[in-house]
Amino acid sequence: MKKQYFINANIIDPHNSINENGGLIIDENGLIEAIGKKVNTNNIPSREKVIDLKGKHIFPGLVDMRVFAGEPGYEYKENFRTLSNAALAGGVTSVVTMPNTDPIIDNVSIVDFLKRRGRDKSKINVFPSAALTKNIEGLSMTEFGLLQSRGIIAFTDGIKTIQNTRLMSRIMNSAKDLGTLIMQHAEDYDLSKNGMINSGIIATKLGLSGIPAVAERIIIERDLTLLENIKCRYHISQISAAKSVEIINERKDKVKFTTGVSINNLSLNENDIGDFRTFLKLSPPLRTEEDRIVLVQGLKDETIDVIVSDHKPEDEEQKRLTFAQAATGASGIETLLSLSLELHHNGSVKLETIIKALTSNPAKILKINKGNLSVSNEADFCIVDIDKPWVVKKDKLVSKSKNTSIEDKKLQGKVTNTFVKGEELFKL
Amino acid sequence: MATKTNKAIKISQKHLLGIQDLSINDVNLILDESKTFIKLNQSKNKKLNVLNGKTQINLFFEPSTRTQSSFELAGKRLGADVMSMNMSNSAIKKGETLIDTAMTLNAMHPDIIVIRHQDSGACNLLSQKVNCAVLNAGDGSREHPTQALLDALTIINRKEKIEGLRIAICGDITHSRVARSNIYLLNMLGAEVNIIAPSNLMPKEIEKFGVNTFTNMKKGLKDCDIVMMLRLQNERMTSSFLSSNREYYEYYGLTPDKLSHAKEDALIMHPGPMNRGIEIDTKLADDINRSVIKEQVELGVAVRMACLKIFCE
Repeated sequence: MKKQYFINANIIDPHNSINENGGLIIDENGLIEAIGKKVNTNNIPSREKVIDLKGKHIFPGLVDMRVFAGEPGYEYKENFRTLSNAALAGGVTSVVTMPNTDPIIDNVSIVDFLKRRGRDKSKINVFPSAALTKNIEGLSMTEFGLLQSRGIIAFTDGIKTIQNTRLMSRIMNSAKDLGTLIMQHAEDYDLSKNGMINSGIIATKLGLSGIPAVAERIIIERDLTLLENIKCRYHISQISAAKSVEIINERKDKVKFTTGVSINNLSLNENDIGDFRTFLKLSPPLRTEEDRIVLVQGLKDETIDVIVSDHKPEDEEQKRLTFAQAATGASGIETLLSLSLELHHNGSVKLETIIKALTSNPAKILKINKGNLSVSNEADFCIVDIDKPWVVKKDKLVSKSKNTSIEDKKLQGKVTNTFVKGEELFKL
Repeated sequence: MATKTNKAIKISQKHLLGIQDLSINDVNLILDESKTFIKLNQSKNKKLNVLNGKTQINLFFEPSTRTQSSFELAGKRLGADVMSMNMSNSAIKKGETLIDTAMTLNAMHPDIIVIRHQDSGACNLLSQKVNCAVLNAGDGSREHPTQALLDALTIINRKEKIEGLRIAICGDITHSRVARSNIYLLNMLGAEVNIIAPSNLMPKEIEKFGVNTFTNMKKGLKDCDIVMMLRLQNERMTSSFLSSNREYYEYYGLTPDKLSHAKEDALIMHPGPMNRGIEIDTKLADDINRSVIKEQVELGVAVRMACLKIFCE
């Protein structure tokens, strides 16, 4: 690999508190040699080819903590190759994949298989998570220790919630002993049973059963209460309701934990479901505009640590059904950054805070050396024209599944180049 | 309110999916057309040929007696070729999706499809995939427009107008498409609507529909002109909503005592089928001075004839 020189970029690297105009030098091994304002034409040898980014932005490659890959079992929805391409088009260079595959990622042999597949077929860094319970049945724990020794960095039942409180406390105890990260999808099943969208006027109007916000809050409050006595690494995968933000704020001083939010819940509300748009059947559901505003505020004041895409590819057959029968989830890894930038453009959240929630914060929670532009680290980064206008068209999406929640949405800001280990793997 | 049918007025919608989509003109058009069929249905020769050569398919994914037979009879009286498909033992059971069924039927060039489905929004989905008009005969808990229209026609037949009436809808509102369609329609026609239900059967934020809500039946019935009772939909109840039928009857069953809080000449309505002794006292249900339940069924055929005629055009 030849040495690469970039100058005149607006670099934001929250991990190293860099937010300045400067340059970036990548060495022959794809590692970062130098970064920041000190890198400019004056200290680059004149014989070298220098790329002038003319004020475009450089961000660390995004770390997306909640992605459904489709391998194994659902390759027709997404495989590691198509996922990589979709991720690269969105500036994402590291993903945590959910264990909700067929078979479920819950034992050592399947992890070995998955790691090999991920390494062979994927162009980005894939960190598979494993299930908290066998076959995600919520009954008995998986082997956290053995799975960790094979490289699993996070445990979650993905789309499912541990309902049994005693089991949850035992999971937390084991996690405490082994230093395991637990990620919980917060939903009380008794309250959410048969629910499809937010409980309220829209559900009443459409004649659909609702999922009340309190179903999320009860699990959060339960887990945070357990956490007072059992100090383990605990992360709430996604929150959707204003009340959850309030609870998290109240408890933050008492116990240590982290919180994520889906870009869907930050950008859309229940009104977007319109006339039974199944692409907006999501979990947690889209809630009211008031909820959305409080979530954005939570991101702004850093009550919420992480933004995820909750990328859940579903093929047409799973969505061309009645709302009750349609699959849950939206494809979103390619639009994660662009949609997040909307919060910057409309003045609700500072750009640096957004980038932090997409890079250094998830990396810190996962304890991985990604999502930063530290010298001598692998050069995973993206170049972004943050003002470039474009329109989301599902047929133009790279992902194998086209179930975007924001079809025809006008966005501002697009990734123009994405690099992994110094190699340019995406170019607009 | 009833203006003479003006031939220049056309229906604004291609499909009849819900009362929500209709304008006041649409509603008056349907009601006026319905009135012309009431007499016909009482006469000896009930056959017309206005839908000669037209094909009507009834797609019923949920069991139904009165709605299905009402639509079938309505189509036949207008001269249409009517095919009723009982979907509970058809291709759907073999794994065919609603859209595939729709495409198959569409290839047979029907002029109108009448659909009942257990999922809310099923008729909307169907209407996007076929070329002909789609009439909603009930979708999940969302809408049942022809029921609301026949209820309105029944009320107008007895009380001359709906504007200014106080109408109570009582029972399992959460699971009721009839309640939702009636709320939209009665509001549109100028009635004051009282909703009476225990909190467990009261949908979230229903008051935003512009209705008064009551958990106390006697208070809710006060000075009402019409008492519309709904069926307890046990088949849609997935967990314990009520302690028992006998307690429900005690608090929400229509009895002479509770009815005495309504106006003296208040009429009783019920979309059927009734659970006698659960939501309504059996004598009241049959009281010819108070109950218009049979009249609802009779006028139902007229309303469906009007809808078939209007949406086939």
